[in-house]
Amino acid sequence: MNRFTVEVLVTPRPGLLDPQGKAIHHALASLGYDSVEDVRVGRAIYLDIEAGSAAEATERVEDACRKLLANPVTEDFRVTAAEPACGAVR
Amino acid sequence: MNVAVITFPGSNCDQDCFRSVELAGGSPRYVWHREQSLGDADAVIVPGGFAHGDYLRPGAIARFSPIMGAVIAFARDGGLVVGICNGFQVLCEAGLLPGALLRNESMRFQSHDCALRVERSGTPFTRDYRKGRVIRMPLSHADGNYYADPETLAALEATGRVVFRYSDARGTVSAEANPNGSLNHIAGIVNADGNVLGMMPHPDRAIEEALGSVDGLPLFTSLVGSGAGTAAHTEVA
Amino acid sequence: MAAPQPRSGDPPITPDLVDEHGISPDEYREILAIMGREPTFTELGVFSAMWSEHCGYKNSKRLLRLLPTKAPWVIQGPGENAGVIDVGGGYALAFKIESHNHPSAVEPYQGAATGIGGILRDVFTMGARPVATLNSLHFGDLDRPRVRYLFSGVVKGIGDYGNCVGIPSTGGEVYFDRGYEDNPIVNAMCLGLMRKEDLIRGTAEGVGNTLMAVGARTGRDGIHGATFASEELSEGDDVESRPQVQVGDPFTEKLLLEASLELIASGHIVGIQDMGAAGLTSSGAEMAGRSGTGVEMDVALVPVREQGMTPYEILLSESQERMLVVAAAGREDAVREILEKWELEAETIGSVTATGTFRVLEDGVAVADIPALPLTEGCPTYERPGEESAEVRNLRQMDISGYMLPPAGLEEAFLAVVGSPNVASKQWVYEQYDTTVRANSIERPGGDAGVIRVPGTNRGVASSTDCNGRHTYLNPRAGAMGAVAEAARNVTCTGAVPMAITNCLNFGSPLKPHIRHQFREAVLGMRDACSYLETPVTGGNVSFYNETDGQAVYPTPVIGMIGVIEDLDTIVRHSFRGAGDAIFLLGANRGELGGSEYLYAVHDLVAGEPPRVDLQAERALQRCLLAMSSRGILASAHDVAGGGLAATLVESCLGRPRAGDGVGASVRFTDDLPDAALLFGEDHGRVVVSCAPNEEERVRRVASDHGVPCTRIGTVTVAGSPLEIETRASTLRLDMDVLSDQYFGAIPSVMNQAV
Repeated sequence: MNRFTVEVLVTPRPGLLDPQGKAIHHALASLGYDSVEDVRVGRAIYLDIEAGSAAEATERVEDACRKLLANPVTEDFRVTAAEPACGAVR
Repeated sequence: MNVAVITFPGSNCDQDCFRSVELAGGSPRYVWHREQSLGDADAVIVPGGFAHGDYLRPGAIARFSPIMGAVIAFARDGGLVVGICNGFQVLCEAGLLPGALLRNESMRFQSHDCALRVERSGTPFTRDYRKGRVIRMPLSHADGNYYADPETLAALEATGRVVFRYSDARGTVSAEANPNGSLNHIAGIVNADGNVLGMMPHPDRAIEEALGSVDGLPLFTSLVGSGAGTAAHTEVA
Repeated sequence: MAAPQPRSGDPPITPDLVDEHGISPDEYREILAIMGREPTFTELGVFSAMWSEHCGYKNSKRLLRLLPTKAPWVIQGPGENAGVIDVGGGYALAFKIESHNHPSAVEPYQGAATGIGGILRDVFTMGARPVATLNSLHFGDLDRPRVRYLFSGVVKGIGDYGNCVGIPSTGGEVYFDRGYEDNPIVNAMCLGLMRKEDLIRGTAEGVGNTLMAVGARTGRDGIHGATFASEELSEGDDVESRPQVQVGDPFTEKLLLEASLELIASGHIVGIQDMGAAGLTSSGAEMAGRSGTGVEMDVALVPVREQGMTPYEILLSESQERMLVVAAAGREDAVREILEKWELEAETIGSVTATGTFRVLEDGVAVADIPALPLTEGCPTYERPGEESAEVRNLRQMDISGYMLPPAGLEEAFLAVVGSPNVASKQWVYEQYDTTVRANSIERPGGDAGVIRVPGTNRGVASSTDCNGRHTYLNPRAGAMGAVAEAARNVTCTGAVPMAITNCLNFGSPLKPHIRHQFREAVLGMRDACSYLETPVTGGNVSFYNETDGQAVYPTPVIGMIGVIEDLDTIVRHSFRGAGDAIFLLGANRGELGGSEYLYAVHDLVAGEPPRVDLQAERALQRCLLAMSSRGILASAHDVAGGGLAATLVESCLGRPRAGDGVGASVRFTDDLPDAALLFGEDHGRVVVSCAPNEEERVRRVASDHGVPCTRIGTVTVAGSPLEIETRASTLRLDMDVLSDQYFGAIPSVMNQAV
């Protein structure tokens, strides 16, 4: 078994009102970042997980996303498992 | 009428709901979130608060508390379930009600009185209100911005499942009277079978003149009376 | 027992190291005398925290002894986690106010949030369930972006924490003045109720009883926060100070609250205390000090969040949401069971001893052993002479009679005062706080005082926080007296009898003579007012070193006043009710404009002699108001303070936000005073009341019985009519919609704009 650090990115679904993104967009514009066309705010979740392979780690975390980590009504998610860190092998 | 008031570690309106049921003439009982059974409950209230700190998303963790299995089964069997504020968020996360509650459009926590127009008087939760009546009660939330995809929203409207809508004191709905950006000014809905209600404002804080409003009390008398009504109906049948 | 030896890696004790710990050479000699040997590094850290200004009160203690602290209804005075008074009906109220100024200046959101957390713990460790919070906030002017950042962060921090724990906010105050530019004042107050018999204290009684660490784990955050709170900030501190900021977890706090109340009710514990400033050190030493016992604990047993923490770090960590509990011997498992129900940890870390020392081990090896009483009570105290600054004296003595004419006319000045952020509605603030949770908020923020119902009774507790820093700056004694008088008046306006106060004394560096002068004068003013008005001080907090680059805040002795209403049916609200009601002024107009909002908002001036307080007249006014409210003859009562009669009349007409249309009023004054002095003067001892026409005679009679001047000044008019004010020189006709926009719109129009 290896230890993987899995990154989950949860983002509001396209088209969903994102007041936080809107506020940040507005602030950036007022600071002179005129070229910013859109801002969307999501969240990143990091999990350390034991798994046989990166694919297995990804699969298990995706399952957790569907159940808990993301709200299917309003959010999309993307899961990326990093290679096991050096020395993480038991 | 035995009413179970679910208590999560971070519930903070459990006592208010308990008292509301008492004032309405029902028999409330606290049910700790780690219990697995609702016992002899005739109805369930999921109260407001911050069930598990509202970390991740409001209601997301609470939805997996041991008691929620029993609440979901109870609702699927036609039992009456009310979710208020955080309770509404929990019921949405649990899939008992459609849609989701997003961050308020203001991006701030909001705590103030609001006016609601009663859209349906025929539900087990609103039989003691007159349709079209404007009621006043506090709201208090950071995530009360009701959202559902267009099809779901259309279905809610087509089947008359929007029970309360934000309005002004005269009953007119408008952007100014909508405190949080909720789609279609929705403040409260029922499920397709009409036995599960979720609402963001707090009827449990509008049950005595001393608190500034008694407009929340009919919701609890409706609920408590509903059980009795059903029983009487059964007997006649 | 073996004396502690230095640990490997400990730095040697040098004069520089002693100095870095904020300990003076004289204080160090004192430490050597107490110890009879050189302290270890760990012990030096312990002394540094316990003898810091924050824990040791070294520059305030002697003066604070002058304050009245006793009354038959005072159950617990200063020296405990919170003061406690008897509020009748078998109930006791625990209450306290505390500052979180320095953390909030560095990180406003977490600084304010953890301030709320700390004050809640002070109250529920007395066995009381928190039922209300209030906040006294003072910021610089809102036109500065940094101030808006601090203001919005502090408000959000307070809201997010208190809302999650589920404690309604019932009031407080928010001031803006350039005197607070870089040093915001963030004071949080909490009220908690209990049955009288449920009171518990922070003591470590009973040799052999068990010390348990309860709640969150100990991390490296906030180490030496107590020392940090006692040093002034300087430019560039921002980044370096950051690691000392603690992060709050309101959900854990809520669990800790429920678990603590359950523990106290269970009878398994004999004492409980928050690990607040100076963490495990102060809680352990203070509990031993209060009971004359000793404690011994092993830091290796303390649950930690990070590996490799030294005893120094564990003892001084200020990680939030932790408690030290003294369990009755043999009841440890029962304690653990209750904590587990609330998903919290409880670990045995030591025991109560008879040695009288604060003894700390690391894996059984002694690392600190200090006599407990000298540690908690032996901090050297100072009372050095002070002197008023010439600058302030000149400002106070300045002739302000040349400022009676507003440059743009009276109406413009009226709108400027009503729309100044100090007078304007704080709706933007308090609507971010849950004000109605627990369904006992009888009077919410926005009136004179918040009123919370004692659950299950018809009895109410009123509370208010007050301090006009500008007044206190110009004349600390009159300002502090005024703060007490105003707080008492606010509470009385609702129909409550003022009972006791808690105070939070926010000042600059006591090393400076003019700050010492301010502090002494303010304490004397408070002493006089509290003695005369029979509202003893039950505790509070001193916050010195509120300075940036040598610039101190206004002296800000915030008063948190408690009042009791025996029968909530007699409660009086601040807004006018029905058209046709008669409007009276109780008290006399003197036209005192020194330090007024008018001078600041219209002439950009902080000068003049602030309003003086006539304590005899205040007491007569209080008794008169209470006689009126208990007879039920008033329709409204509203205090006159910042912004003068102008503010009071506008607020009485507009009423609460979202409550409907409000009313108008037609008012006439015959006083021989300049218009500005009459309408904007902030003279104490005045309340505007209204009553139904048929109660007019009784109002006059009760006022005359109490020797209180009572002048019929006008009549309430129907919604939609203007506020008309006639003086000897002018007539104003102010549209209520315009006033409403000024009053309710001032703060949102600044805060809702883009960053």
